[in-house]
Amino acid sequence: MKMIGADILINCLLEQGVDTIFGYPGGTVLDIYDALYRNGKINHVLTSHEQGAAHAADGYARSTGKVGVCFATSGPGATNLVTGIATAYMDCIPMVAITGNVSISMLGRDSFQEVDICGITMPITKHNYIVKDVKDLADTVRDAFRIASTGKKGPVLIDILKNVQTAECEYEPKIPVPHIPKPVSVEKAAESLAIINAAKKPLVMIGGGVVSANAFGELKEFVKKLNAPVVSTLMGLSAFPADHEYFCGMMGMHGTQTAAKLCMEADTIIAIGTRFSDRVALNRDQFAKGKKVVHFDVDIAEIDKNVKTTTSIMADIKEIFKAITPFLDPQDHTEWIETMRSYKANEKGGSCSNAFAEKILKAAHDLAPEGTVVATDVGQHQMWTAQYYAFEKPRTICTSGGLGTMGYGFGAAIGAAFGTEKHVTMVTGDGSFNMNLNELSTAVTHNLPITILLMNNGTLGMVRQWQKIFYNHRFSQTTLQKKTDYVKFAESFGAKGLRIEKEEDIIPVLTEAFSTPSPVLVDCRIPMDDNVLPMIKPGQTYDNIVLKM
Amino acid sequence: MNRYTISALVANKSGVLTRVSGLFARRGYNISSLSVCETENPALSRMTIVLDGDEYILEQLTRQLSKLIDVKKIMHVLEKQAIFRELLLIKLEAPTEKRGEIFEICTIFRAKVVDLYPGSMVIELTGEDGKIDGFINMVKDYGILEMARTGLTAISRGAACIKDVQDYNESI
Repeated sequence: MKMIGADILINCLLEQGVDTIFGYPGGTVLDIYDALYRNGKINHVLTSHEQGAAHAADGYARSTGKVGVCFATSGPGATNLVTGIATAYMDCIPMVAITGNVSISMLGRDSFQEVDICGITMPITKHNYIVKDVKDLADTVRDAFRIASTGKKGPVLIDILKNVQTAECEYEPKIPVPHIPKPVSVEKAAESLAIINAAKKPLVMIGGGVVSANAFGELKEFVKKLNAPVVSTLMGLSAFPADHEYFCGMMGMHGTQTAAKLCMEADTIIAIGTRFSDRVALNRDQFAKGKKVVHFDVDIAEIDKNVKTTTSIMADIKEIFKAITPFLDPQDHTEWIETMRSYKANEKGGSCSNAFAEKILKAAHDLAPEGTVVATDVGQHQMWTAQYYAFEKPRTICTSGGLGTMGYGFGAAIGAAFGTEKHVTMVTGDGSFNMNLNELSTAVTHNLPITILLMNNGTLGMVRQWQKIFYNHRFSQTTLQKKTDYVKFAESFGAKGLRIEKEEDIIPVLTEAFSTPSPVLVDCRIPMDDNVLPMIKPGQTYDNIVLKM
Repeated sequence: MNRYTISALVANKSGVLTRVSGLFARRGYNISSLSVCETENPALSRMTIVLDGDEYILEQLTRQLSKLIDVKKIMHVLEKQAIFRELLLIKLEAPTEKRGEIFEICTIFRAKVVDLYPGSMVIELTGEDGKIDGFINMVKDYGILEMARTGLTAISRGAACIKDVQDYNESI
């Protein structure tokens, strides 16, 4: 069938099962938006800003496991996506970003709203395309979805010139062929198995790769057979149920004491879908010194990048479990598990900081409706959420781990609300919230069930904490002297505004908030000098854990 | 610091060189030469990359490169199992009385004089980079007006071909 490029694009998105797009129209995507309008089968969510759209596509992808899609026009529209694309790239989130660009006759002439978005996004996309010929369009879209959602996942950008959108071409629908990951050979698995079977004190360390591979059941089965404690990176949270007796919480800079002790005492670390980032292996040379390291990852470049492994398997995580778990000797590790239990029983963990946010977050966990997804911004509130909020179900947390994007949370919350149709709790701080609070209007327009817990301490708390430790309490530009009344602010946008000022407010306010199926902002007044603890300073080893400051 | 040579088959389209060189720049790899040419397959170009570094950097560079969608095949070319060549074009100051000496050096290095002009000459030389360096060293005192080196290119000995290497992106 002959049709114009814009219609081919919409049809290709339908081929891929796209039901929701987050975006913002403009000059060079008018034809695409017209095709979207005429087609009428895809729900388009108009955000306040393209950054919100990119984060929403990301939140949609993290909460559902599907590819998130966003649209933006050329020039500033495209550049506004950049932070969102980089956020998704660092955390391996499958996303397809589609931008328009000026016609071929105008290209390279510094035309109005022209920008080389392919050049700009080259280092922050898994791959990107500029489509100059309508004949290439359909297959480019198909390739983009395949690349974004297979192997190590990540964002792909397609820049479509305006003349391509209006040019006619023959379109033939194609059903996407499901990707079948390559199996792991028995020989390859044998080396890892030998080390795992011989381990006396094995520690399972999980990262975002487990979430990305949807290997939740496989992980549980593996742990059940191995009988070993599980620690998680920030990105691995929700991959293993927090209420499981073997789960020892988050590891790394703000991880639990139990995780730190187990990391030091383990003789074998089985690292699954993690990249030993500098927030986890703070001192990469000392991190696993004298231990055996078995590394499972889908990305070959992660193996031996930060921490030298004893053996490794590069493959899809699910396939690795298939090759390992059935051949694992059932282990009991009784003594090691006892050690873990005693550490867990004595765990002060984050509670040593005595932060008010702990009480709010724990209550939020208990009061939130079944299936609630949490989206966070970046800073102290993010770490408190990771420490105190127990993530029991897969894909119930959306947080910017690698890039650490303040302002990520609101877009992500909107994306998760559309993707899951569940209640969303957005945990943010007064620093992060101010970066993208414009998206409150999007949430209100669509009457989304989003509860915003604004941890309002009048400061950029995490930076302040570092200024206390490393800069002798010189609080350069971190005290926010905002006069904003966040309750009134919420009301002016058409949302409900509530406030928590003292401990007695927590239960009644949160009960009201979570029983409201529309946007509610809770201004949580927390002390300025609450800290995130424990803390291991950058470059330090796990025995140098700071419990009070 | 060691020197390593890497051959890569990459998609023959615009932007690929930027992807590859951008990767080197942002990861801080030290590249001493990079040459690109067409291959028997018009869809593919061949890159020869000469890297200064250690085993860790070699492994990281190879792995990071293999992840690029446009990089199809990649191999580390071992010195003993491959042929390395570079082309030099050099323009020398060559007054009449010096020509004889220069011709003599050219004969020893099997270099060719490809242009002769009153007072100057252009010489062509192919060989391994050590030979090129040696030649330049011998003629530099005559005065180098300008020179161009292509950078090293390499091909493995025997029947083994780079095209038989597995594409990383299709291996998972």
